[in-house]
Amino acid sequence: MNRYPAWKNVVVVIAALIGIIYALPNVFGEDPALQVSLETTQPLEESAVPQIEGALQQAEIAFLSAALDEGRVTVRFSDVETQLQAVDQLRESLGNGYVVALTLAPRTPQFMRALGLEPMSLGLDLRGGVHFLYQVDMEAAIEQALQRYESDFRTILRDERIRYRVIRQEGDRVLVELREPGDVERTEALLSEADPDLQIDVDDNGVLRVSMSEEQIRQRQDFAIQQNTVTLRNRVNELGVAEPVVQRQGLDRIVVQLPGVQDPAQAERVLGSTATLEFRLVDENNNAFEAERRGRAPLGSELFFRPDRTPVLLKRDVIVRGEQLVDATAGFSEDGLPAVHVQLDAKGARRMGETTRQNLNKGMAVLFVEQKREVLERNGEMIESTRLDKEVISVATIRGVFSSRFQITGLDPAEAQDLALLLRAGSLAAPIFKVEERTIGPSLGKENIDRGMLAIAIGFLAVVVFMALYYKVFGLVANLALLANLVFIIALLSMLQASLTLPGIAGIVLTTGMAVDANVLIFERIREEIRNGNSPQASIQAGYEKALSSIADANITTLIAAAMLFIFGTGPIQGFAVTLSLGIMTSMFTAIMGTRAVVNLIYGGRRLERLAI
Amino acid sequence: MQLLDLKTQIDFMGKRRVALVISAIIMLISLGSLVVRGLNFGIEFTGGIVIEAGFQEAADLVAVRDGLGEVGFGEAVVQNFGSSRDITIQLMPREDRGGTEIRNEVMAVLQDIDTGVDLRRVEFVGPQVGKELAEQGGLAALFALMFILAYVAFRFQWKFAVGAVAALVHDVLIVLGFFSIAAVEFDLAVLAAVLAVIGYSLNDTIVVFDRIRENLLRIRKQTAETVMNASLNQTLSRTIMTSLTTMIVLVALFFLGGKAVHGFAIALIVGVIVGTYSSIFIASPTALALNVTAVDLLPPQQEDKELDGLP
Repeated sequence: MNRYPAWKNVVVVIAALIGIIYALPNVFGEDPALQVSLETTQPLEESAVPQIEGALQQAEIAFLSAALDEGRVTVRFSDVETQLQAVDQLRESLGNGYVVALTLAPRTPQFMRALGLEPMSLGLDLRGGVHFLYQVDMEAAIEQALQRYESDFRTILRDERIRYRVIRQEGDRVLVELREPGDVERTEALLSEADPDLQIDVDDNGVLRVSMSEEQIRQRQDFAIQQNTVTLRNRVNELGVAEPVVQRQGLDRIVVQLPGVQDPAQAERVLGSTATLEFRLVDENNNAFEAERRGRAPLGSELFFRPDRTPVLLKRDVIVRGEQLVDATAGFSEDGLPAVHVQLDAKGARRMGETTRQNLNKGMAVLFVEQKREVLERNGEMIESTRLDKEVISVATIRGVFSSRFQITGLDPAEAQDLALLLRAGSLAAPIFKVEERTIGPSLGKENIDRGMLAIAIGFLAVVVFMALYYKVFGLVANLALLANLVFIIALLSMLQASLTLPGIAGIVLTTGMAVDANVLIFERIREEIRNGNSPQASIQAGYEKALSSIADANITTLIAAAMLFIFGTGPIQGFAVTLSLGIMTSMFTAIMGTRAVVNLIYGGRRLERLAI
Repeated sequence: MQLLDLKTQIDFMGKRRVALVISAIIMLISLGSLVVRGLNFGIEFTGGIVIEAGFQEAADLVAVRDGLGEVGFGEAVVQNFGSSRDITIQLMPREDRGGTEIRNEVMAVLQDIDTGVDLRRVEFVGPQVGKELAEQGGLAALFALMFILAYVAFRFQWKFAVGAVAALVHDVLIVLGFFSIAAVEFDLAVLAAVLAVIGYSLNDTIVVFDRIRENLLRIRKQTAETVMNASLNQTLSRTIMTSLTTMIVLVALFFLGGKAVHGFAIALIVGVIVGTYSSIFIASPTALALNVTAVDLLPPQQEDKELDGLP
């Protein structure tokens, strides 16, 4: 009686073994470390290791080890101070082209890592770092697309020598008004040939209104968010952060998590910048000062200002935009001014070549474009709006035909440096603005994890003592299950590589308290059966059987609540939902199957007078 | 060891009217406070900025306030947090200054006072995100209640489901009322705790219901009221044991877990107390008021089959 079939015992033993194996990497701790990689995502060679070791030895900085792993060199240190010394030293001696990032390297032995066993990853609130949530401005993405159509239409009509009265944006459409009503049909054909998906309406007066199809809008938005994710990833790489997270969230948001980053201001200056460039021809037929006085620019032109507020009139057409730049480096011009040397892609180069050929000795201006996000309070409500900041940073006369490579002046050295980095990492396809930030200093992260672990330990111990006193032998069995439960949760978190956060720890603490519930139900039922005069063996049997439906119902309903938390919650709430659900599932296993196996082992198959319960 | 006399025979159901009056009064007070005072929402819900900083010596709150006033943040809420060296500054985003600028300006002010000031935590939530979080939280609670109602109706019977949900509404309302009256900050972690309370309270209720179902089908000669009383007494020691162990860890969390989980621990402590009470005095009496009988309970599964051979 009360003997488990062999397979059930095997399941329990195997599950316990797997749990222990996966939880094991967590006991080794972590070393403060530096991760060295190449700025271009190419892998580092084996020769980089002695180079790094040499640089550190020369500076007399002690390190534990340096090893190449997946194209990156990880250098371990015994303490954080040496790590911080070394990061400055390495950045200096390795120079440009290398990325040196602060990180924590798990001390997990090599053979475990080779088996794919890794410790839990800690959330930002436990290790310190910066979390940003960015919203992509979709309206601006569409706006930009319309601007481009407007400019393209002008080029098409000019090339085909169709005279137009006006081409301008009108809400979410581009309006084209021709001089000759006879040209309407040909124009319509040309425009739809340029982009067959466009919807073109012609009214009775021969005015064309062109709008993007819903599919095009959706594609454009999709492109904007994908492009922005790539750009943000590039920018994060330029910053030198180990294990960053850049992820799309929902329809129009991007999460950026930078573990270990302690200065959110610096990170954000680079990440959130929408700075880009536009190249335009100067309108030399009209007077800029007069346009400023009249408050409006002549048709086909736009009024801009230099940093010193002098007005400049520029053509509406944009020759080349920032995203057509493929490379940018900061340096100096021949006359010693800070400059950004840029290189254009093929399409941009062609356009630039044509324009410069046709406009020799005319002026060309570089516009510095930045999209700024503001939060305004209007009638007690917070309203967010985007403002476009465009400033002319330089006007130069076109002295010769050039296409792919040229330089831009008119910036101070720091601005040139920042701009080059931004242009190199790619520009954002649509402006982004921060809707959430969470920065946790490293000291608070450490404190959070220490306190969390202490709470788990003390709570766990108190429950263990209480259970042992109250249920005696059965209490000890329940405690074994509780311990196994903790191991299983850690093993599952390590397996899933879900990050452990502070709310996650709270979830573990809560499950510790609730995990014994299943055993309490069973044990109380066994006591009841004994009180009713049943034999010990029958009572064990009945206790487990009868408590089962209560346990299942109670846990499934809690699981429903946890699932709702996971589905509707974000970030920290989800962390709590994950540990709570894992805890519920593992506790069902340990409390029902696990304890039964142990109880059977202790009491099974022999005659009993009484139970220690 | 026994906490309770082996054969407790407390007449729970007989006291249900008294309990109902007490619950009604507490719920009315909670509701009143929620309507009049509302909840002290954290910035996750309202949008805004919280900056937590640690000074090397005791923080001079007046200097911080004055410094912030000089750069136009006269309305900033500056408080000590935990120790005299740590402070939190709470601000609302405003005209022409986004989260980034505010953070940088505040840090500049703090560094003027103490160059070694340690930026411990920054939390910025845009107004839009705040609204969404509040909506998501509400939705999560609503859907959790709906699914649970459906599950209990399916596993038991609709009268039980109504009883379970009545208990949940009772618990959630009182926990929220507690936060409103005590003006404890209601942040994201507290919201998670409220949903965990739903799970916990339900857990308790289901165990009692399970026993009532079993007994109703077994002891058909007795009235539903007597059967419920017996069931409540039979499950009482389990109810108390589980509440106790959960309470132990929650108290550990409250005292040791740090300030960040205070609200969470408080919400659950209140929730566990109220949840335990409601599974006895709200859930079962509600089912009784709806005239639940053995006839209502044709069990969806015949679980007693395997036990037939037992005495």
